[in-house]
Amino acid sequence: MATFKDFRNDVKPNWCPGCGDFSVQAAIQRAAANLGLEPHELAVISGIGCSGRISGYIHSYGFHGTHGRVLPLAQGVKMANRDLTVIAAGGDGDGFAIGMGHTVHAIRRNIDITYIVMDNQIYGLTKGQTSPRSAAGFQTKSTPHGSIEPALSPLEIALSAGATFVAQGFSSDLKELTSLIEEGVKHKGFALINVFSPCVTYNKVNTYEWFKERLIKVSDIEGYDPSDREMAMQTVMKYDGLVTGIIYQNKEQKSYQELVPGYSEAPLAEAELKMSKEKFAELVAEFM
Amino acid sequence: MIEQLSWKVGGQQGEGIESTGEIFSTALNRLGYYLYGYRHFSSRIKGGHTNNKIRVSTKPVRAVADDLDILVAFDQETIDFNFHELRDGGIVIADAKFNPVIPEGKGVALYAVPFTDIATQLGNPLMKNMVAIGATSAVLDLDAAVFESVVVDTFGRKGAQVVEKNMEAIRAGAQYMKEQLDGSTKTMKLAKADGKRRMFMIGNDAIALGAIAGGARFMAAYPITPASEIMEYLIKKLPDFGGAVIQTEDEIAACTMAIGANYAGVRAFTASAGPGLSLMAEAIGLAGMTETPLVVVDTQRGGPSTGLPTKQEQSDLLAMIYGTHGEIPKIVMAPSTVEEAFYDMAEAFNLAEEYQCPVIFLSDLQLSLGKQTVEPLDYDRIEIRRGKLMNGELPPLPDKDNFKRYEVTPDGVSPRVLPGTKYGIHHVTGVEHAETGRPSETAANRRAQMEKRMRKLEHIHFPTPVHKQLRHEEPDLLLVGFLSTRGAIEEAMERLEQDGVKVNHAHIRLLHPFPVDDVRPLVEKAKRVVVVEQNATGQLANLLKMNVGHADKIASVLKFDGNPFLPGDVYTKCKELLAQWPPLKISAMM
Repeated sequence: MATFKDFRNDVKPNWCPGCGDFSVQAAIQRAAANLGLEPHELAVISGIGCSGRISGYIHSYGFHGTHGRVLPLAQGVKMANRDLTVIAAGGDGDGFAIGMGHTVHAIRRNIDITYIVMDNQIYGLTKGQTSPRSAAGFQTKSTPHGSIEPALSPLEIALSAGATFVAQGFSSDLKELTSLIEEGVKHKGFALINVFSPCVTYNKVNTYEWFKERLIKVSDIEGYDPSDREMAMQTVMKYDGLVTGIIYQNKEQKSYQELVPGYSEAPLAEAELKMSKEKFAELVAEFM
Repeated sequence: MIEQLSWKVGGQQGEGIESTGEIFSTALNRLGYYLYGYRHFSSRIKGGHTNNKIRVSTKPVRAVADDLDILVAFDQETIDFNFHELRDGGIVIADAKFNPVIPEGKGVALYAVPFTDIATQLGNPLMKNMVAIGATSAVLDLDAAVFESVVVDTFGRKGAQVVEKNMEAIRAGAQYMKEQLDGSTKTMKLAKADGKRRMFMIGNDAIALGAIAGGARFMAAYPITPASEIMEYLIKKLPDFGGAVIQTEDEIAACTMAIGANYAGVRAFTASAGPGLSLMAEAIGLAGMTETPLVVVDTQRGGPSTGLPTKQEQSDLLAMIYGTHGEIPKIVMAPSTVEEAFYDMAEAFNLAEEYQCPVIFLSDLQLSLGKQTVEPLDYDRIEIRRGKLMNGELPPLPDKDNFKRYEVTPDGVSPRVLPGTKYGIHHVTGVEHAETGRPSETAANRRAQMEKRMRKLEHIHFPTPVHKQLRHEEPDLLLVGFLSTRGAIEEAMERLEQDGVKVNHAHIRLLHPFPVDDVRPLVEKAKRVVVVEQNATGQLANLLKMNVGHADKIASVLKFDGNPFLPGDVYTKCKELLAQWPPLKISAMM
C-alpha cells in the first residue's frame, strides 16, 4: 500500500514560503494514500498560474495544460480511462475568470472528476492583479483605485449550475481539507472543492489571520444538512461564502459516464480499434 | 439521348427543396448513374432562396456543371435567380400556381405544371415535390417506378398509404408532363446507366466513417456549419463501439478535451470550421508542445469572421499551417475526393500517433456537403498503427525517477506511455521541459527538445502527397489545386487539351510539411503554372513559391464569391492568362 510519501517527488515547488498551495499539495498526497491509490492510478491535471504547477509536484501522472482549460483536459482524460482517478486543480483566475465557461459546464455535465480551486483572491504569478474573487474595493496593480466589480461567489454559482458536490476548505486546516478531497474523489460525479489558499506575497488583506477570524464550519451549524440544496444556498449567502466543509452533496444523481448510451464499462483507452468486415458493410449499406 | 444531365430544383428554404433533390438523386444513384450535387443555401431555417443543383452522368463526375438542362421552380425567384444558367434548349418546369414567366430571347421552353393543385387534389399539398419529380421523370423518359424504393425508404415509417399517395403524386406529375411535352425535349432521354449500386454520400459522411474505421472512439465538438454532420454521425454510431461524443460548451473545450482523451490513450478528435479553428489555436499548440496525438478536422467555409457561413471557400490554409504561436511540428492534409476523405481520415489517426503531433484534416464546404456517388470503400486498406506507444509491463524505474517520455531520439519520436501504466509516471506540460517532462529553461535543453520535436516530420511517410495527372514530359501548363477543385480542374484540363494546350495537373494532398521533392520537378518542367484556389490572396500559390521557387512563372486563378469553381471558370481564366502571358496581373479573379 502506498503512503503519502509515495506521492512525493524531488521537485522543489517554486511557490513562496508560506503559500497556501503547499497545504493543498500535502492534502492531495494524503487523500490519495488514504484512498488506497497507487501513484500510477492518479492523474493530476492542472491549469496555469502559481497553483497550476501543482501537477509537477506530486508523484503521479500529471498534465499541466493551458490557462483556464484544466477542466476540458481533465474530462477528456476521464472519458478515455474511467478507471483513473482524475483530480483537476488550478487557481481562481484559471477557474473563475478565463475558465469560467468550462467550470459551469463541467459542473452541469457531472463527469466523475474532482476539481480543486486554490482560491487566493488575486493573480499571483503575474505579480498582483485583481481576480474575479477579489472583493469590491480591493486595491491591486490593475485596480489602483480599488476593484469596481464585485467578487463572484463560486459556491452559489456551483449550486445554481446543478453541482452534485460542493465543498470548501482552508489551507490552514489540513485535516479537513484532506477529508474533503477524499470525499470529493469518492463522490460519483463532479466534485468542486474551493480552497482558501492565501497568497502571502500579493494579498495583504485575505491573510491566514483574516480567514481564521471569519471562517466557520458547516458542521458547527446546528441542523445543517448537506443534502438540502436550499439550505446550502441560504447558508452560503448568509455567511458571505465564508464557510468550510461539505456544503452540498447529491448522492442520487448519476454521473455523466453512467448516463452515456453504450459507453464502455472498460476504459475506452483499451477499446478495440478494428471492426468486423460485417460491421463495416452494415455501415456502408446505409449510404446505398 | 444524353449521357449527362444538369438538373436544379429551387424554391424557398424550408419547403422541401432539399428532400426533392434527395429523392430524385438517390433514385438515380440506385440506377447506377454517377451523381454530383451542390446545395445553395443560406444561414437561416425558413425562407430565402435555396436550390439543389444535381449533375447526373453515366461516368464519374466531380464538379458542378457549367450550365443547366432542367430547372424545376417552386417560385418566380428561382427562375429569376437561376435562368442565366440554362443552356439553349433547356427547359423550365414550374408550378403553375405562381403564373411563372421566363425572360425572352433564349431558346428555353417553359412548362407550367400545377404541382400544388395536383398534390392538393391527391390529399396533401406538401406532395408538390413528388409531382415535380414525376414531371422531371417524364422528360428523362424514366419510369415513375424507379422512385418507388426511395419513396418506401423515405415514407415507409408513415405507412403504406402515405407511400402509395406519394407514388401516385409522382405518376400524376409524369402523366401531366407527358401530355405537355412536344418533340423538342426528346433529346433529354437519359442514356442507360450500368445499374451498379454505389454509395451516395456527402464528404462529411466519408470523414465520419473514416474516423470510426480509423479507430476514433471519442469525439468532442461544438456545432458549426459545415462540420456538424460529422459529429451527428458519430453520436449515432459510436455507442455501437463503446465510445462517446461530448457536445462541449465551445471549441476550446472540444479541442482540449480531445487532447486529454488522446493523452489517456483513446483515438479522439474534433471537427469544426474556421471560427472554431481560430478558437482552438492555443490548444493545438499545446498538443504540439506536449507531443500529444490529435486530429482536428477543418471544413473550410467563407471567412473571415462569420464570413459566408454556408458558402464555399479555401481560405484557412495558411492559418492551419502557421496558426499557433511558437513553432510546432504539425501535419496538414487535404483529400481531393470523397473516397480519399475516408481513407485519409483513418490514416490521420495513424500519423497523429506515429509522429505524436496534431494533424489538421482540411476539407472545404463543397467537399464536405456536396452529395455524390462514391466508389466502393475497401476496409481492408485500413491499417491501425500506433507508433511508439508502449504496451505491456514496463521495467521499474530508479526511485521516483520519471519515465523519459521526451527522450531525445534519432527520429525525434519518443516512447509514449499512457496514464495508468505502472512505472510509466512522467510529467506533461506546455512549459518547455526536459526528457522526463519536468520544466527546464536551460538553453541546451531548449535546443535539444526543439530540434527533437521539429525533427519528427523531416522524413514523414505520407503515401500519396500529390495526386498527379501527368500527360506531358514538358507541359505548357501545370494546373495546381487542393480539395474540391479537382473535378473542375480535370474538366478544364480536357477542354484546354482539345485547344492544343499541353496540360499537367497536380492536386496537393499533403500541404504541410510541403512535399517539395514531389512538386518541384513538376513545376520545373512546366512552362507555366496556374494555381486554382478559392481565396482572395492565392495562399496555395504563395506556399508553392515559398517551397519550390519559380515565382516568375506561377499565376493564380482565384474565386472567393462563395460559389464553387465551375469547369468553365477554370478553362476561361486559363485561356485569358495564357493569351497575355506573362500575366500583367498576378491573378485572374472570377
